[in-house]
Amino acid sequence: MSSGEEQVPPPNLPKGSAAKPGDPEWASGLKRLYDSVVDEPLPDTFKDLLSKLDDSGEK
Amino acid sequence: MSDKPKERKLPERSAEDKRAFKRELTEVVPHLRAFARGLCGRPDMADDLVQETMLKAWAAQERFEPGTSMRAWTFVILRNAYLTDMRRNRFRGDYDENVAERILTAPAGQEEPIHLSDLHRALLTLPPERREALLLVGAGGFSYEEAANICGCAVGTIKSRVGRARATLSSMLEDGDIPDRSLEDPAAHRAILEELDEVAAGNGKAAAKAT
Repeated sequence: MSSGEEQVPPPNLPKGSAAKPGDPEWASGLKRLYDSVVDEPLPDTFKDLLSKLDDSGEK
Repeated sequence: MSDKPKERKLPERSAEDKRAFKRELTEVVPHLRAFARGLCGRPDMADDLVQETMLKAWAAQERFEPGTSMRAWTFVILRNAYLTDMRRNRFRGDYDENVAERILTAPAGQEEPIHLSDLHRALLTLPPERREALLLVGAGGFSYEEAANICGCAVGTIKSRVGRARATLSSMLEDGDIPDRSLEDPAAHRAILEELDEVAAGNGKAAAKAT
């Protein structure tokens, strides 16, 4: 009878985990879309840029 | 309008500080890429946006408070850069089917009831302020409070944006009815720019009261 209640996520759920019980099924997909980009190897252009930051920031 | 007087002296950062800053910045780059791609939909443009963000963050590093969240701080910069670029019409925010197909190949070994490419397309049809709210909370794992700070609006505003975004996505995906929001259509494009102006009003600063 309490089906409308908001489910409290279990305390051991890591912060940042978006999937909670009661979430629509696409919710984990959204998280996965994001994570799939996070997990991509970083293109060289970014590594190049980061190393250039070193030079320009030199005092 | 305000031409920021330069009276407030910021502490010079030591080489050690700069190294720490760069290390933290490096760590958040993958997150910046993920957020940017969710915002603008095109991987190449998203990466341009991230590079712009990295340069701006580096230039503004004196304003970063060590010990606070680098991810939240850089997201504000990225978001503002995105909004500015959008208004200059640099990103048309359109959806490239082929690129998306390649990028959004679901990780192997899992049954996917909903195609990720459908989800992504549906996401891109959301009004930008709802899309970013959902990305921050539903994908980036930020709390409502953190997301409100990033967007420069009230917590209640974020909650309602996320709620509406969820409802819209749920109904689109359940009905399999994902509208094409063509940016070739001038009326639609104008509407998007107007929405962006509203979003930009928050400016990602402190939690100003916005509706």
